Formats: sequence, C-alpha cells, structure tokens
Amino acid sequence: MHELAITQSVVEAVTARTGEAAVARVRLRVGRLSGVVPDAMRFCFELITDGTTLAGARLDIEQPDGRGRCRSCGTELVLRDLILLCPCGSADVEVTAGRELAVASVDLCPIEPKEMV
Amino acid sequence: MCATCGCGETGGIRVQALAPHEHEHPHEHAHPPEHEHPPEHPHEPVPGTVEIETALLAKNDHLAGHNRGWLAERGIVALNLMSSPGSGKTSLLRRTITTLAPTRVVGVIEGDQETLIDAQKIRATGAPVVQINTGSGCHLDADMLARGLRELGPVDDSLVFIENVGNLVCPALFDLGEAAKVVVVSVTEGDDKPLKYPHMFAAADVVVINKIDLLPYLDVDLADLVAHCRAVNPAVRILPLSVTTGEGFDAWCEWLAADWSAPRART
Repeated sequence: MHELAITQSVVEAVTARTGEAAVARVRLRVGRLSGVVPDAMRFCFELITDGTTLAGARLDIEQPDGRGRCRSCGTELVLRDLILLCPCGSADVEVTAGRELAVASVDLCPIEPKEMV
Repeated sequence: MCATCGCGETGGIRVQALAPHEHEHPHEHAHPPEHEHPPEHPHEPVPGTVEIETALLAKNDHLAGHNRGWLAERGIVALNLMSSPGSGKTSLLRRTITTLAPTRVVGVIEGDQETLIDAQKIRATGAPVVQINTGSGCHLDADMLARGLRELGPVDDSLVFIENVGNLVCPALFDLGEAAKVVVVSVTEGDDKPLKYPHMFAAADVVVINKIDLLPYLDVDLADLVAHCRAVNPAVRILPLSVTTGEGFDAWCEWLAADWSAPRART
C-alpha cells in the first residue's frame, strides 16, 4: 500500500508551496504505467489530509495514457500495461509516457473577510 | 509526520544494529548526510489556482541522491535486493557473505515489518548488520536507508546489501540510492510472476532466479520464466542459481566483483 506514503507526499509538496492557506482542490497526474492506483490514493486522501490545510479538498486525478515507441520499427504505441510488445514482434519498446506521478496544481479557498469590530 | 503511514514522528520505524559476535568493527563511523535543509518559505498565498508541478517522489528521490553521493564518495557499492517473501534473499546473502568474506568487506541492512530474525541470521556469518523494522510499512525508502547507513557505518570500498521488505509491489517505486536493483525470484513461485508484477521486474538491473535445484520436482519451465522477465525488461541480466547447491553461484559472484566505478549497462 505505497499509495499511503505517496499520498502523504502530496500534502508535503502542496504545503511547502501554500503554507497555511486552505486548499479547496488538488489536481494530480497519475500515469497509467506509474504503478500507483488512483482509487487507492482517493481512499487514503481523506485520512491523510485530516487536520491539514488540505482537509476537505476535492481531489482530481488526471490519468495520462501509457505510450511507447518501438526501437526496432519506430511505431508509436499505446501501452495498456508494462508488457512491452510491438505488433512487429519486438519487445524493445521505449516507454515515452504514462509514468507521470506529480502534483499539477491546487486551488486555494477564498480568504474570508475579517470581521469588522 | 511519518511518510509511510501518517502516524507520529518516526512512524514506528525502528533501526537497530546488532552487536557483532566477536569484536566491534574498528573503523570510525562515517555519517551519511542528515538531510537537514532549511524549511522552504512558502509563497504568500493568493486565492485562486497555484501551479505546483512537483513530482510526488521528488523528496524520496532527492534523499536517494544524497545516499548515492555519500556511497560513491566512499567507494561503497550498495545493492537493493527485492523479492516476494520466501524467495531466498537472506539465504542468498548468507552464502554470498561466506563466499566473499576472504576478499570483500560486506555489510547488510535488513528490512522487515517485524522481528530481528533475518539480522540474527546475517550476524551468524560475522558480517555487520542493521535491522530496520518498518512496522506497518511495506517498503524501505531513502530516508530509512540513510538511517540504516548511519547505524551500520560501512567501511570505505565495502559492499552493502539492502534486503528490502519482502513484497513484489511497493519497493519497486522507491529509489534508495543503490548502485543496482536485484530482484530475486524463486522457481517455486511459478513462471508468471514477472507478468503479474511487471513494475518490479521492469525496475530490475539483475534478476536472480533462485532454487533451480528444485526444477525437476516442479511444473515450471525455466525458459518461460526467463522469457517473461524479458517481456517486461528486454535487456535485464538474468542469473539462474541455487543457493542450496551452489550451481550458478560463480556467475553471481563474478557480477558482484565487476568494476562498479563506471556506470553499468544492463546487459
């Protein structure tokens, strides 16, 4: 369940930039070949963010497709998994996309106006 | 907060050196970096969208880079052994230590959720050993390795084996700063594990296929297992061996003895 550790690193990456500001939405990129399961991250997110500035934030996860290029024939492929096999028969396929694992951006909550005394 | 399970300060991670049987190793401990960077100053928050664009494993990879630099400066070769539980990692290490002992100083960092069992087995060989117990954690990370290295205090130009937590999933994603990743798979696990756990086998620099002495008793084809390794990692080096009989062990020792000062190709 490495998603727990990786979700924890979401909180660290965000708060390093946003400090004390309350966060309303978090956008992640989790590639389909990254080895990380988005549903498991969603499962952990509420638990991990409880008591932090990310508590209650909406979690959007973009899942870029796996892509590769055959080094033998040059064909560009969509990769559904890490079993790399080009229709030409070669297994020498370079993975060019799908391993992304990053925090893209966040939306901060509007700052509530201070009450006038 | 703990990066593994979100619990308190150190996340229940326990790092302890086992006292050697015979003598204290007489060198001075050189300490890996403490990784104490000044805290980043957060930007003044402004409502709206903030671009972050930070890799989620950036912190681990940064710490792994520190480990890699620290090890390289001292000529220490660290190898990260990963496998499912029961593939024979500890037995492989015991035989390796015994074989190399006359010529090479070997230290071991053991990772398990609980117990000192593996560290005690290694200690019986006379090699210095540190046990990391991860509690609920399912893998070692670069910070745990830095702590393990501080405890172990490996001598310059030595070989350090890191026995990761037995798990074919999670450890694949965490760079520790090792020189190479060694995945151990035993023939009793069947020939399909590289296909079922492709991330682990794709990350490997070397696959050790253990327990080949049992092949006559199993409905497992070694050629299929090799082919499945190559399906996810075409260039990976594959070393079939038996820790029990010693068959294939020379090739493993030759690989360990090769020149580590230059970057290695996978073939």
